[in-house]
Amino acid sequence: MNIVVLVKQVPDTWAERKLDATDKTLDRASVDVVMNEIDEYAVEEALRIQADQGGEVTIVSMAPDRGVETIRKALSMGADKAVHLSDPALHGSDAVQTSYALAKVLGTLEYDLVIAGSEATDSRMAIMTPLLAERLGQPQLSGARKVTVDGGTVRIERQTDNGYDVVEASTPAIVSVVEKINEPRYPSFKGIMAAKKKPLTTLTLADAGIEADRVGLASAPSQVVEFSNKPPRQAGQIVKDEGDGGVKVAEYLASQKLV
Amino acid sequence: MLDTRLTEEQASLRKTVEEFAREVVAPVSYQHDRDRTFPYEVVRGMADMGLFGLPFPEQYGGMGGDYFALCLVLEELGRVDQSVAITLEAGVSLGAMPVFRFGTEEQKQQWLPQLCSGRALGAFGLTEPGAGSDAGGTRTTAALEDGAWRINGNKAFITNSGTDLTRLVTVTAVTGQTSSGKKEISSILVPVPTPGFTAEPAYDKVGWHASDTHPLSFQDVRVPEENLLGQRGRGYANFLHILDEGRIAIAALSTGAAQGCVDESVKYAKEREAFGRPIGQNQAIAFKIARMEARAHAARTAYYDAAAKMLAGLPFKKEASIAKLVAGEAAMDNARDATQVHGGYGFMNEYAVSRHYRDSKILEVGEGTTEVQLMLIARELGL
Ligand SMILES: Cc1cc2nc3c(=O)[nH]c(=O)nc-3n(C[C@H](O)[C@H](O)[C@H](O)COP(=O)(O)OP(=O)(O)OC[C@H]3O[C@@H](n4cnc5c(N)ncnc54)[C@H](O)[C@@H]3O)c2cc1C
Repeated sequence: MNIVVLVKQVPDTWAERKLDATDKTLDRASVDVVMNEIDEYAVEEALRIQADQGGEVTIVSMAPDRGVETIRKALSMGADKAVHLSDPALHGSDAVQTSYALAKVLGTLEYDLVIAGSEATDSRMAIMTPLLAERLGQPQLSGARKVTVDGGTVRIERQTDNGYDVVEASTPAIVSVVEKINEPRYPSFKGIMAAKKKPLTTLTLADAGIEADRVGLASAPSQVVEFSNKPPRQAGQIVKDEGDGGVKVAEYLASQKLV
Repeated sequence: MLDTRLTEEQASLRKTVEEFAREVVAPVSYQHDRDRTFPYEVVRGMADMGLFGLPFPEQYGGMGGDYFALCLVLEELGRVDQSVAITLEAGVSLGAMPVFRFGTEEQKQQWLPQLCSGRALGAFGLTEPGAGSDAGGTRTTAALEDGAWRINGNKAFITNSGTDLTRLVTVTAVTGQTSSGKKEISSILVPVPTPGFTAEPAYDKVGWHASDTHPLSFQDVRVPEENLLGQRGRGYANFLHILDEGRIAIAALSTGAAQGCVDESVKYAKEREAFGRPIGQNQAIAFKIARMEARAHAARTAYYDAAAKMLAGLPFKKEASIAKLVAGEAAMDNARDATQVHGGYGFMNEYAVSRHYRDSKILEVGEGTTEVQLMLIARELGL
């Protein structure tokens, strides 16, 4: 069972995140970066399936040079090797372009499963796995809170509002996971030491056969036109309880159409 | 010679433990402190990361790292929770290290794999009710009879000695007299449980509430002759060597405590408003925090230097004492200033700085008091 895990580097969720004023893309330079949190669950799930079924776990990440830090973290958790797609021409690519580029990279690899997090904390579009499935013509199983693999069949429990659906597909397939699925491990010191020696291939656009005019800010199908900061928090409304506090709260909620 | 830049692996270890401390340790710190419970789930997490085997070779189940790596980890843990940090520090540098440094191959094979895995904890019993700084005043005795040591006496303030995971207590005991009529002190491995060995009820401490500390009593405890650790009569000297190293580890933990006080104070000084502006905009507060940062930085530099010398095989006694002294005082001073920055909230137990305030005092006492460090430094100066 060979598994590819897609991993994204994002600004630290604890830090204040900003857009770059000049080209309206994410400002990655001025903040700490981390592995997208849900991707840790994806890596963990791949490692668990590998422990059970053998095979190799390959990390794929499209990121600027600094993305190596995040790739190393995935390797230190236990993944076997990594492919880093890094090219200045990718700067500003939107989701559609990114899916094209990642599909090209996946095309160079042999796998039974692709596992990814269900969304990234920076863009929050939750659309990468459907886009990839479409491009690759492979089934996608999204929102998995449990994954079981049996021969050429992969079955998931898809988290829903009221419970879960059981969905299955034949491999190769693309799976996205939610946080309920497992508890990601922290890398051990041995894992950290080993990570540096694991194979890491860096690909440029040309290496991956990506056409330059189909990626990057200039040709992006979606453009950020304008952005503004969150308005400062307004002072709340205080309801004084004079025996009728509950009623007043209910009235307020009703007036906001919340109940 | 001193290079304070971390290698990529060291930086990544530091960051991993920083995340672990923030995500796993911090959320349960207040509760364990309040309830005085040993943080088994946190210890399990540290064990899974291999932290208890960090500075030991892989052949004994270790991680193949070095003492400096351990120090980086202790600093990050100490920033958030000193009880957790001292549990690891004592487990590694007092529990397992004596076996690694002075044990026979058989003793190492027997003890290190379980101690490195973190599934078993070791403790180090030197201090007695009547012998702390003056550890040579040991009164516990061990008599060799029919191929076994019979141990009698009491130990005081022994860390990690009464947890469900405790499997080993190494003790110093008087095993006879030297030719010059002085006490002959040796160290002996006591497996836990052993009949006659009791960890008495835990102390009611000012701080380090989630760390496990007990008085120990030994009543006709019998262990095989092979449990002698290191040479007979070298027990005291061996433990002093262990303490020299241990001081660097405690300095790292103390640096973390000092830094944790800075972290909390910077955050609070930006958020808390008084007289219409954040309190950090008052120079009285900003300068206080700037001085705290300087103390933490000096402490870190001191322990990095001591660790670098030790790992390079150079003399490091004086540097280790300086690091312990400077870092312990930095922690206590920063804790006092940090609680001041927090005003009345700093006096509330659920605030991390109040815990640092209670926890940091022992950093000027344990593993050699401030006065003992000054004695050692003065001695190195030929005074
Ligand atoms: C929470 C906790 C955990 C501990 N864990 C362990 C452990 O795991 N293993 C272990 O063996 N011990 C442990 N200890 C013991 C600790 O190391 C001793 O408490 C410490 O070494 C001081 O010894 P003492 O308490 O006997 O103080 P004393 O030695 O009685 O000192 C009292 C005061 O006199 C000063 N003083 C003593 N001699 C001199 C001198 N010659 N010149 C100037 N001043 C002097 C001291 O500096 C101190 O201020 C622990 C203690 C605590 C509180």
